[in-house]
Amino acid sequence: MENKLKKVDLIFCKTCQDDIEVVRKALQRNPDEIINEIIDSGLKGRGGAGFPTGLKWKFARAQQSDIKYVVCNADEGEPGTFKDREILDVVLTTVLAGMAIFAYCIGAKEGYIYLRAEYNFMLNKLNATVEEFNKKLKDLGLSFEIQIRSGAGAYVCGEESALFESIEGKRGEPRNKPPFPTVVGLFGKPTVINNVETFVYTAMINHLGAARFKELGTQDSRGSKVFSISGDTPKAGIYELELGMTVEDFVKEFGDGDTKAVQVGGASGHCVPRKKFENTIIGFEGIPTGGSMMLFNSSRSMYNVLKDYLEFFTEESCGQCTPCRVGCQQLLKGIEAVKRGERPASYLEELKKLAQSMRIAAKCGLGQSVANPFISIVDNFKEEIIY
Amino acid sequence: MTDVQAILEKVTTKYGKQRSALMPALQAIVKEKNYLSDEDIVAVAKTFDLSTAEVYGTATFYTFLDTVPRGKYVIRVCKTISCHMSGKDEIIEALQNTLKIKVGETTVDKKFSLLTANCMGWCHKGPVMLVNDDVYPELTPQKAIEIIQSYQQK
Ligand SMILES: Cc1cc2nc3c(=O)[nH]c(=O)nc-3n(C[C@H](O)[C@H](O)[C@H](O)COP(=O)(O)O)c2cc1C
Ligand code: SF4
Ligand code: FES
Repeated sequence: MENKLKKVDLIFCKTCQDDIEVVRKALQRNPDEIINEIIDSGLKGRGGAGFPTGLKWKFARAQQSDIKYVVCNADEGEPGTFKDREILDVVLTTVLAGMAIFAYCIGAKEGYIYLRAEYNFMLNKLNATVEEFNKKLKDLGLSFEIQIRSGAGAYVCGEESALFESIEGKRGEPRNKPPFPTVVGLFGKPTVINNVETFVYTAMINHLGAARFKELGTQDSRGSKVFSISGDTPKAGIYELELGMTVEDFVKEFGDGDTKAVQVGGASGHCVPRKKFENTIIGFEGIPTGGSMMLFNSSRSMYNVLKDYLEFFTEESCGQCTPCRVGCQQLLKGIEAVKRGERPASYLEELKKLAQSMRIAAKCGLGQSVANPFISIVDNFKEEIIY
Repeated sequence: MTDVQAILEKVTTKYGKQRSALMPALQAIVKEKNYLSDEDIVAVAKTFDLSTAEVYGTATFYTFLDTVPRGKYVIRVCKTISCHMSGKDEIIEALQNTLKIKVGETTVDKKFSLLTANCMGWCHKGPVMLVNDDVYPELTPQKAIEIIQSYQQK
């Protein structure tokens, strides 16, 4: 059968080779026109949550404030995600161009890139490129300066408001929302925060036009996306693929012939078992993903996979709110107790209810999304959890 | 060993003395001195006009801002799922045997600390470890030992 999966080469092919030229052209356009084109393209955020990028920009433009900020989220902490590092390494200037164009649209003077500490080895090179780019922006007459800030090993700092707290020199504890960052963001000012990859697409749409982008993908998931593929696959690595494929299409290309489950969206994403490959779409109409795709073959115990995820969340929970701080621990203890036979199999139903409550009661996306892997793995691999 | 005042001076010249310079300050101290001592925390608090509790509270939130003494080279082996599947246990075992310490400990000569950490963004090339800022993907136990030996000679 024909494979519907389509590989794309937009991000890394350097279509915007001369990135400063892209910015120069953008400066001659009306900001509203630029933002409307992004809205028209249908681009949604590539960091996981998938908020329409153009709308976010529009909201930030509408805010009255002398000071506004543009922030690039390069915290990339979701287990199974490693594409942002590659994007920063290969096409950093396109990311910077995306940030600059946006700064022009809303009138921001300062931009930050928040880079996870694990990527500090890139810092010298990145800083040199940023410095050079800042100078070029100045020469263009755009008063916008970008600087890089390092994280210090905390997954939750990828959450936008926690990231602001961290740049401000505080514990990386997520804030209550609303107010949203476009209203009250970094240093209390209107801020747009986007994923590394999102900024590249905005620069590209600005350069190539929305039509080129819209040729790809589906109604709900326009364009292509960079995927980080790992686990039991002979082709682990980074691939840009058209959105809208089914997990079946994906497994045909990347599986090892014995794939029993695919975790779409990292530890906080959903587990798709073999019987659902055919009917599950990878995209905003199905399972949205920041790009992490992990394949598991039949030699893997899904109990171990779930336990690994829960250990991850238990450690990375900021501990600020009770549903998440206690919930993560109890889910972990719970499945261990069921495994040891200290609790009956029916206890898993109680644990699922706990996960559901966390979805509603937890303060930020970390605690809210623990239910995704928990329920999808427990429901589809109950026997492996119990025996 | 570099004086903490000298480090703080450098950081405040570049980032100023407002609170947003706190992370760069703590990071710079850890980079030079491997961890934040009580005296360092007091010095930072004075510089930024914060309480020591505020500074300590911020530092302890972050895994990479150690507040207990660490060796000159901090080894962090990724223990998350992909690296788990590709053999991080063997790597940790090999390092424990070579360094004669357990995870969480520091060698007597204060040269190495062995720690584990969560996903480092190299899942397609696991197992992986960091030695301070340097990353070493696609490890085998043998490779890991050789890398550590090269640091031993430094
Ligand atoms: C716990 C947690 C961790 C997150 N980590 C990241 C991250 O590493 N990178 C990222 O771009 N977004 C991350 N996000 C999503 C951000 O909060 C935010 O939605 C995103 O940066 C917006 O950019 P986008 O619209 O371009 O996707 C995380 C969210 C949560 C709740
Ligand atoms: S959900 Fe978890 S990570 Fe988020 S604020 Fe609550 S405790 Fe912190
Ligand atoms: S799981 Fe080890 S680097 Fe991602």
